[in-house]
Amino acid sequence: MTFVAKPRVHHPQLPLNDLGLNRRDYEGAVSTLCAGCGHDSVSAAIVQACAELSLPPHRFAKVSGIGCSSKTPSYFLNASHGFNAVHGRMPSVATGANLANRELHCIGVSGDGDSASIGIGQFAHIVRRRINMLYIVDNNGTYGLTKGQFSATNDKGSTSKKGAPNLYEPIDLVSMALQIGASFVARSFSGDKQQLVPLLKGALLHRGFAFIDVISPCVAFNNHNGSTKSYDYVRGRGASVVTADFLPKDFIATAAETVVDYAPGTTETVALPDGSRLRLSKLDESYDPHDRAHALAHVLEAQQRGEVVTGLLYVDPDASDCHEILDTVETPLNALGEAELCPGQGALDRINAGLR
Amino acid sequence: MTVYNDFVIRFANVNGSGSASANGMFAKALFRMGVPISTRNIFPSNIEGLPTWFEVRASQAGYQGRREGVDLMVAMNAETYAEDAAAVVPGGYLLHDNSKGLDRRLLRADINAIGIPIAKLILPEFTNPKQRKLFKNIVYLGALSALLNIDFDVITGMVSTQYKGKDELIQPNIHALELGRRYAKQYLECPLPIQVRRTKQLDGKIMVDGNAAGALGALYAGATICAWYPITPSTSMAEAFEKYANQLRTDAETGQRKFAIIQAEDELAAIGIVIGAGWNGARAFTATSGPGLSLMSEFLGLAYFAEIPAVLFDIQRAGPSTGMPTRTQQGDLLSAAYASHGDTKHPLLFPATPKESFEFAADAFDLSDRLQTPVIVLSDLELGMNDAVSDAFTWDDARQYDRGKVLSKEDLDDIEVFGRYLDVDGDGIGYRTLPGTHAEKGAFFTRGTSRDAYARYTEAPEAYTENMDRLAKKWRTAASLVPAPEISGHRHRAGVVFYGTTAAPMVEALVRLADDGAPLDAMRLRGFPFAADVADFIDGHEFVFVVEQNRDAQMKTLLVNELSIDPAKIVPVLYYGGLSISADAIAERIIEHFDEHNLPRLKEVPGGLGA
Ligand SMILES: Cc1ncc(C[n+]2csc(CCOP(=O)(O)OP(=O)(O)O)c2C)c(N)n1
Ligand code: SF4
Ligand SMILES: [Mg+2]
Repeated sequence: MTFVAKPRVHHPQLPLNDLGLNRRDYEGAVSTLCAGCGHDSVSAAIVQACAELSLPPHRFAKVSGIGCSSKTPSYFLNASHGFNAVHGRMPSVATGANLANRELHCIGVSGDGDSASIGIGQFAHIVRRRINMLYIVDNNGTYGLTKGQFSATNDKGSTSKKGAPNLYEPIDLVSMALQIGASFVARSFSGDKQQLVPLLKGALLHRGFAFIDVISPCVAFNNHNGSTKSYDYVRGRGASVVTADFLPKDFIATAAETVVDYAPGTTETVALPDGSRLRLSKLDESYDPHDRAHALAHVLEAQQRGEVVTGLLYVDPDASDCHEILDTVETPLNALGEAELCPGQGALDRINAGLR
Repeated sequence: MTVYNDFVIRFANVNGSGSASANGMFAKALFRMGVPISTRNIFPSNIEGLPTWFEVRASQAGYQGRREGVDLMVAMNAETYAEDAAAVVPGGYLLHDNSKGLDRRLLRADINAIGIPIAKLILPEFTNPKQRKLFKNIVYLGALSALLNIDFDVITGMVSTQYKGKDELIQPNIHALELGRRYAKQYLECPLPIQVRRTKQLDGKIMVDGNAAGALGALYAGATICAWYPITPSTSMAEAFEKYANQLRTDAETGQRKFAIIQAEDELAAIGIVIGAGWNGARAFTATSGPGLSLMSEFLGLAYFAEIPAVLFDIQRAGPSTGMPTRTQQGDLLSAAYASHGDTKHPLLFPATPKESFEFAADAFDLSDRLQTPVIVLSDLELGMNDAVSDAFTWDDARQYDRGKVLSKEDLDDIEVFGRYLDVDGDGIGYRTLPGTHAEKGAFFTRGTSRDAYARYTEAPEAYTENMDRLAKKWRTAASLVPAPEISGHRHRAGVVFYGTTAAPMVEALVRLADDGAPLDAMRLRGFPFAADVADFIDGHEFVFVVEQNRDAQMKTLLVNELSIDPAKIVPVLYYGGLSISADAIAERIIEHFDEHNLPRLKEVPGGLGA
């Protein structure tokens, strides 16, 4: 298997964004995943979100662990650097990368094996640290790359391809993220671009730790009857609580759009740091996406009913990030040189004097 | 006969009894008088209650290694009375609290017991029970000033500076000092035949531990990110970095920090953060010890193959977590050199003094950037956690950081096709780019080895082999860049090889061996991979001793393996008890070897074999 670069051909019919770039400029190498793999849809949604946001395609740091999902940073944003790290340890690499250069958008892609098993410790701690990034888990309930073992997000009773049931309780990363303090938490489905793309946009522009659990079926090992992470199962059970529409900076509602109205009291706009907004539409009037405890309870209750809650579950628009916590300078740390970093012999003389 | 500035004093205390501060003042007082000293903390893995010892060796000759035998024992821990009394050399002294008489366990006919009723002296003077406990240490310090002829002003001056701003503490401390001093002057023979006197030998020197020195070196080298997980004996390095960074790296106007320190959830995360930061162009390091190094192993392999700079300080200790975490050893050599899976090896630096801890820390960042690979600085508890007399730190203000081969946007503009892993210069080191540099060129997906020279995905066998061969070439380049060995002596038939903290006792052992008719040429290794000089030195001698502080002669293994040396040529001299190796142990073992093999004890072998 070798690398296949996508031919860079001019597509005059593709719309250009504010940077004069089209979607193609945000793509990556040709995917080597199975045809129909949910992960490829997630990559496509990332491409669309970044292109529509007009973010410079080379100003990202893409990081991942190991797994089919973790291969995907190669399949979007070719102009940016990516780092396929070690299994379950993407969060630490993301932390270091973000500390080194706070100006780059950081996108981490992981799998359910990567984040909920071997990497669950690192997952928990990056949430705590509030690294300013978009953290995506392509959640297929299985270890795709090692050929279909149950992962820790696989539901109890859900069966393997050969029909054997999973005997253990699942770990829900959304609940964990909510509990430990993520400031943007969403769940979506790789088969629902309508829902996923605006969530990605909101998460990319959110300052703080944004987590999206994307149910992303594995067609090779976990898409059969009996699996609770199959396309059919999720399509049938997905219950979106809060959908998000992305409103760009210069968005002015047109008459046509205001017509698409929601029941009074169920929409709300949330400001994003760059001046754009997210319009949240609540399908359940009582749901409060700014109340962490409420969100967590809702997710757990739905889980007990066998429903998969999707949508934007929690957002804190005023969240801080790790650089704020650490009170680091505005200039990226990797851009500081001798003049800013080295105190010189004069200071050393004083230190020497203090050691006498 | 009075002996000046040449003795070993050991303080036997109970951990958590507040003795560290008094003992530290004792050492500092000697240092300030110009008495060449070295200090050693022999402490338990415990917060309160277990026995702890602090040792100060004064050596007129300036020997900094540990010496066997104790000339003056300050026995303040009843639990260890028996072993403490036994450690005193015949004719030596034993200071104890005789408020309740002389304990039978301290009885030894061939040593001099010095009784001071410390508890009794304190009782009427202080009412606060906490002070009564703490000031016991201060009282013996006062008595020692009289017994050893320490300038009292030096000690009282130190008390005043230590409690600056807390003036209410100064007077009681000085009072406690005087209690001890007065008692000694009145009732004891003062000063003893072992005592101190002022010298100018230490003018310009400093007293510091290797961890603080290393932290300062990292700061001077421009490290901006430190990620770590607490583990003795490395913890104080991260803490020192934080202290210095707060002082020296805070923006004067905004108060914002030009550094980031993360106490990670474990060592895997610590090294991951360092590698993520290194990949993204910041200088980053972690400090750990053996168990942490084991946990970092997988990541070190990735960084080796993906060619990411990272600096790791391994402050070695004895054995596993339930080993002897508070004792010293050189036991991580092989696991550091070959850490990880596949064909991996890592450059190592072996500092021997605090000055070198400072310098090698700074050099490690340049080397790591230049070689685009993790560099491990192998220190140990002996160097890291004990105060030693050192030359003052110096920094060349004209020094530029060597950030290695990193392409700027302008560089990329001039390049047709960028190949991350191309060996453009023939030294095995490719050119790297940092994320976000250029809109069209230079981006790539960093992976281990499943890629070609252009960082494109492939699993082709030729691409893998080619890459591995280039890494081997880079390794040879590294051999010319790491600090060269220090070689001394000429053309003796035998040589001795050592590294790190074995250097201090080695200086002394070499003098003793020469006096005993077994002069040796010496080579102190300072870096790995081995420079050409290393093989030449060993080849040039009939046999060499390799002195190190581990059981399995790990440096011998490394030398034999890397340089294809006949193992029979190397005679291991090993110590692994957890204290630092002493000159006595080294010299005895080497003389034994001469005797066992009936080797002539000559000053010089005619004709010499060294050429
Ligand atoms: C330390 C380590 N252990 C095991 C593996 C083998 N391994 C590779 S991918 C994988 C599971 C990946 O599962 P997931 O993160 O869910 O990704 P998916 O392939 O399902 O997208 C495992 C166990 C490894 N690469 N490294
Ligand atoms: S094995 Fe599953 S997860 Fe991996 S590429 Fe195929 S469908 Fe996707
Ligand atoms: Mg998976």
